[in-house]
Amino acid sequence: MTVQILTANRLGDGAVVYRSQAGEWTARLGESRVLATAEDAARILAEAETPAAALEVVGPYLMPVDNAAGEIRPVEMREFIRAKGPSNRTDLGYQAENNSPSLVG
Amino acid sequence: MYRYDEFDHTLVSERVHQFRDQVERRLAGELTEDQFKPLRLMNGLYLQLHAYMLRVAVPYGTLSSTQMRKLAFVARRYDKGYGHFTTRQNIQFNWPKLEETPDILAELAEVEMHAIQTSGNCIRNTTSDQFAGAAADEIEDPRVYCEIIRQWSTLHPEFTFLPRKFKIAVTGADHDRAAVRVHDIGLQMCRNEAGEVGFEVIVGGGLGRTPVIGQTIREFLPKQHLLSYLEAILRVYNQLGRRDNLYKARIKILVRSEGIESFSRMVEEEWSHIKDSALQLPLDEIARIENYFAAPRYEHLDDNVREFEVKRFEDREFASWVRTNVTAHKQPGYAVATISLKPVGKPPGDASAWQMDAVADLAESYSFSEIRVTHEQNLVLAHVKKADLYALWLGLRDLELATPNAGLLSDMIACPGLDYCNLANARSIPVAQRISERFSDLERQHDIGALKIKISGCINACGHHHVGHIGLLGVDKKGEEFYQITLGGSADENTAIGKIVGPAFSYDDVVGAVEDIVDTYLEYRTDGEEFNDTYRRVGLAPFKEKLYAAH
Ligand code: SF4
Repeated sequence: MTVQILTANRLGDGAVVYRSQAGEWTARLGESRVLATAEDAARILAEAETPAAALEVVGPYLMPVDNAAGEIRPVEMREFIRAKGPSNRTDLGYQAENNSPSLVG
Repeated sequence: MYRYDEFDHTLVSERVHQFRDQVERRLAGELTEDQFKPLRLMNGLYLQLHAYMLRVAVPYGTLSSTQMRKLAFVARRYDKGYGHFTTRQNIQFNWPKLEETPDILAELAEVEMHAIQTSGNCIRNTTSDQFAGAAADEIEDPRVYCEIIRQWSTLHPEFTFLPRKFKIAVTGADHDRAAVRVHDIGLQMCRNEAGEVGFEVIVGGGLGRTPVIGQTIREFLPKQHLLSYLEAILRVYNQLGRRDNLYKARIKILVRSEGIESFSRMVEEEWSHIKDSALQLPLDEIARIENYFAAPRYEHLDDNVREFEVKRFEDREFASWVRTNVTAHKQPGYAVATISLKPVGKPPGDASAWQMDAVADLAESYSFSEIRVTHEQNLVLAHVKKADLYALWLGLRDLELATPNAGLLSDMIACPGLDYCNLANARSIPVAQRISERFSDLERQHDIGALKIKISGCINACGHHHVGHIGLLGVDKKGEEFYQITLGGSADENTAIGKIVGPAFSYDDVVGAVEDIVDTYLEYRTDGEEFNDTYRRVGLAPFKEKLYAAH
């Protein structure tokens, strides 16, 4: 099923982050809070657009993910690359820490 | 080389100070992102997919060894150990932190570098021929005028908020290595009938969504009127350019909608008021700037250098590098060496910190401590004694920087694409890497001959795909990466915009498609024909046939 999660870039270093279950910003896509309804998504997005949130992140937006297999996976290539790092440099980005979804399918 | 005067120094240091303050206010919540974004862009700081990206200006592509070492230092200390040289002759760092950016700018300011005019709707860093001051076919060193333009345009009050960004390129040679016909303004140095040197002024060229070849607005502009004429063009554009529509805001759209005659009349009218104003360039001012670009202290040498010829005879690999990467110099006994940043399978234009340091050392030993960045994403040592070429080559070989492929198929331009860029539809770098691996046999590349492949990850065309002999444009088809292929483009004095060959190819299929195109060229070419000659003679049909027949 395609549902959404909330993502942004961290203010200090621009790193990709996701809104977690615990209501924090995390570097781990897998810890994202899955937003199953449009209302949920709108509310969580609005929370990320307040001046207080802007001290932590830049440009929050909702992105579709697939969590059919019990694992959260991006749908778009762009989001795979954000979640992993440059596809030509596997030594850079989250992929270097084994902290990203596999790019298959 | 040009040295900053006190004014430049003050300006750059003030900018660093100001930006430090702006960053602090953003981090403290005193500035919103909407307020802060234009300020960081004015200092070359973008936010990309994984991190911020800092674009540092390399005015007209000329760097000293000291500056290159500073770039290496920044790459190592503040980034992830590498930098990316771009088609704008600049360098980009892909991983700087916001809070450290003011420190980076302060470091750069120490060696007279900055990120001003690398972003925003201003007159951008002026680009030029990478062989300026060295090329055998040059009338005069174009960097003198690039520098004059830089001084005039930096923070020009009237032109800080143009309808869109504005790019000027200057070449001093007949063979155009600066792509002047695809810039907002292109300046081609030329002589009039009296033998005086001036400029052919070309206006309204550009790539991007709507590629347009610039048109000549003035056949001959005397040097002393350069700035007043540029100012007249900019004024007309600033008044009439479409600020309401991002896609129509470039000068190329204005020139096209007005027609070149009418546009030219408006410029001449405006010019008539300011022609003899303070903008007139006194000859002693031109001479003062020329001084900064005075030729290095060459030795008086014979152009025939025996030891060089012997090495070339003895060492085939060296000979093959000389064939592609060494160009004639105007000074007897000297040569221009192109350092390829396109080793097989590597991202075009990337250089590691240790490579930058080592190139700085080589430049110090062999080329008067001066380095050039090319718009084709390579580096150049412009004044190497022929007798030193072999030692230079050995040094480069140790650095994996001696690939003998300048101007050949694997000397591709590729923009950062979807691996880094926030605006991308598709990846560029891995496509370039896969093509270079497919054609990794350099003998085969030498047989194929001169060929320019250029790859952009989206319609913004930073990878100049429209003017590649083979151009690849990344498009998004229902979330999948596809590549539209164009053929027959060219960025030199025979500028041409490539034609779309047919339906786009998938990420997996695009490398095979490029190979099919190359095979078709080889099948049809007659002796001595370059790719575009064959293409012009036989047209798209045989290429289409080969590419799509099986489907
Ligand atoms: S062409 Fe597009 S994808 Fe490539 S660098 Fe420019 S904006 Fe980014």
